[in-house]
Amino acid sequence: MDRDQVLQLHIPEPKHRPGELADFSHLRLPLAGEIRRPPIAASAYEIRDLAYELIRVLDDEDRAVGPWAQPLEPAFLLRGLRAMMLTRAYDERMFRAQRQGKTSFYMKCTGEEAVAVAQACAFECGDMFFPTYRQQGLLIARDWPILDMMCQVYSNSADRLKGRQMPVFYSSREAGFFSISGNLGTQFSQAVGWAMASAYRHDRHIASAWIGDGATAEPDFHYALTLAAVYHAPVVLNVVNNQWAISCYQGMAGGDESTFASRGIGYGVPALRVDGNDFLAVYAATRWAAERARSNLGPTLIEHFTYRAAAHSTSDDPGRYRPQDESAKWPLGDPIERLKRHLVAIGAWSDAQHAALVAELDETVRETGRRAEALGTLNAGPLPDPASMFEDVYKEMQPHLKRQRREAGLEPGGTPRPAEGA
Amino acid sequence: MAEQSLLEAIREGLHEEMARDPAVYMLGEDVALGGPFGVTAGLAEAFGTQRVVNTPISEGAVMGLAIGAAAVGLRPVIEIMFIDFITLAMDQLVNHAAKLHYMSGGQLKIPLTVRVQCGISGNMGAQHSQSLEAWLAHVPGLKVVTPSCPADAKGLIKAAIRDDNPVVFIEHRGLYWARGEAAGAGAAVTPIGEAAVLREGEHITIATFGRQVAAALEAAAELAPQGISAEVIDLRSLQPLDMDTLVESVRKTGRLLVVHEAVSEGGIGAEIAMRVQQAAFYDLDGPILRLAAPFSPIPASSALDRFFVPGKAEILRAVRGAFRRQGAGG
Repeated sequence: MDRDQVLQLHIPEPKHRPGELADFSHLRLPLAGEIRRPPIAASAYEIRDLAYELIRVLDDEDRAVGPWAQPLEPAFLLRGLRAMMLTRAYDERMFRAQRQGKTSFYMKCTGEEAVAVAQACAFECGDMFFPTYRQQGLLIARDWPILDMMCQVYSNSADRLKGRQMPVFYSSREAGFFSISGNLGTQFSQAVGWAMASAYRHDRHIASAWIGDGATAEPDFHYALTLAAVYHAPVVLNVVNNQWAISCYQGMAGGDESTFASRGIGYGVPALRVDGNDFLAVYAATRWAAERARSNLGPTLIEHFTYRAAAHSTSDDPGRYRPQDESAKWPLGDPIERLKRHLVAIGAWSDAQHAALVAELDETVRETGRRAEALGTLNAGPLPDPASMFEDVYKEMQPHLKRQRREAGLEPGGTPRPAEGA
Repeated sequence: MAEQSLLEAIREGLHEEMARDPAVYMLGEDVALGGPFGVTAGLAEAFGTQRVVNTPISEGAVMGLAIGAAAVGLRPVIEIMFIDFITLAMDQLVNHAAKLHYMSGGQLKIPLTVRVQCGISGNMGAQHSQSLEAWLAHVPGLKVVTPSCPADAKGLIKAAIRDDNPVVFIEHRGLYWARGEAAGAGAAVTPIGEAAVLREGEHITIATFGRQVAAALEAAAELAPQGISAEVIDLRSLQPLDMDTLVESVRKTGRLLVVHEAVSEGGIGAEIAMRVQQAAFYDLDGPILRLAAPFSPIPASSALDRFFVPGKAEILRAVRGAFRRQGAGG
């Protein structure tokens, strides 16, 4: 040891910066079909290798191969393909709407559609989702109307959240989609509590939660793993590792030191690491985890290894923090393209059918967008009633809120005036 | 009439609610054994450890679990061992439990009871003694209640559990073993949002809660023979505040003294003073007075911490001083 050596910290830096060429050759990517599929009763320790591998089903010839490949009806896969494509078309439309000033903010999930859509297809009706920002595909795959989603993004007169939530902070009790939180990671503990309560009630429904790679540094990620492990809670916990937390690459959250899936091992939670751009792999891993949960074998942690092809949101420019060609060089491809090619390979789909579906979905989104805009956008058209802002603070309106509503001139039929001191 | 301690009254209320409604579900550190003071003792034996669930030491996790459990239809009752530890769970409480009903457009309800224990007693110092009720009362969506006697302890814990909103139920450690009239089996709930006028008077209103209620009553009894008739109000509910009762009282007496054990800055007393002067300024015969703790962390030593808790002597001094300065009253 050099006694003159001073201490120095390691500040993680991504491999490549703007102005350089992207290169993912350092990634170790197992071949499709290469990774074993253990029995669902396996312990975290027995399958610890899977936390460092990458489960892949679709190979380079677009075939479904290996132990995780399951016989699935083409019609089922086409439903998944359609939901992913609708999600992408919806995202494109709403992103443009933000640029047109119709909403204040938007976040796309481009490149990550397989995670939410394949998982929604793997769970059962009645299972509860505790999502984070980029799981709009869960709603779309559950056939939740995109009109309702658009009204939320526009905070318009038909917004079921009554203009109270930021755009994309969806919440739907009927769709089993918990309210999105801006304080990241909190849905992880809530999902475990929901799952515990489901078990306490001797129900059969399980819960699932999603978190980004960056937010695994939040306490709730660790709370949830600890408590889910302790109680064998029937929950599937997902880390969507899309490589970027706004401008910080996944190494800033510790992803260079170990995989996010491997976090589960220390807690005793069996962990899988999955090619998140492979619809079939995501589906198979989720079915495995859901079956574990439903069989009272406890929680599973799944890391979905994917890539955020778009910006974090309408508020950032990826060109300032990553190479321009990084998205194009992502070695695991595009989830929609890969499933499409598989369906074509098995003779269930064609390029012409695909092009027709793209056009159909674009038209659906355009037409639905017009209907949503007729119900109001951020600053135009019918807007939420200001008197409603005092409602739902409590289950029943409290006397001081009634007084404040009166003082603000916001009683139904009153003339609004600014708040005290304004 | 039978007597019981405040601690026994809370336990009885919890027991009755759990027996009444299978949705009542308890989570917390050491709750199966009864907690550090024995409030939940016997509940695990009566209702099982699937329902009175011990948790690891993780206040933030417990609050998150409870929110998830409430969202599926349960009525969780969680214990945060000391109110000082609520900071560890503050995000889940403030940004989730309190707001989810509102943020979800009314789709979700969070009928959650958060039991916390507060106050200076037993030389427990800066991290086991605070009174943080004002932080909690500052959050739209939360209700905050605190009992001063066994009957209200039982009535308010039952009201908290049956309420469809998150309710923080603050227990003063210094009152756990204080005995009082028992509410009796199956007693009614104490409505949240209603203060209690415990002693009627004509010259000054003393508004307080928790442990200071007894001090205020003792002071009022001592002032009476000297010609100062003090009205004593136990606020019981700190969010919402029962302003109607307070304002009506001050209009009658013309004077108000607010007493609490939390630090004076930004406390419940300031809120009450503001709202009372707004509603009853021309009925006031003198400035609104406040007794509260110094703006300092709470020391453990008895030689120091006695300066932090108001009491009968301080209340007497404040009231007499008011009348001396004003040249009124007795």
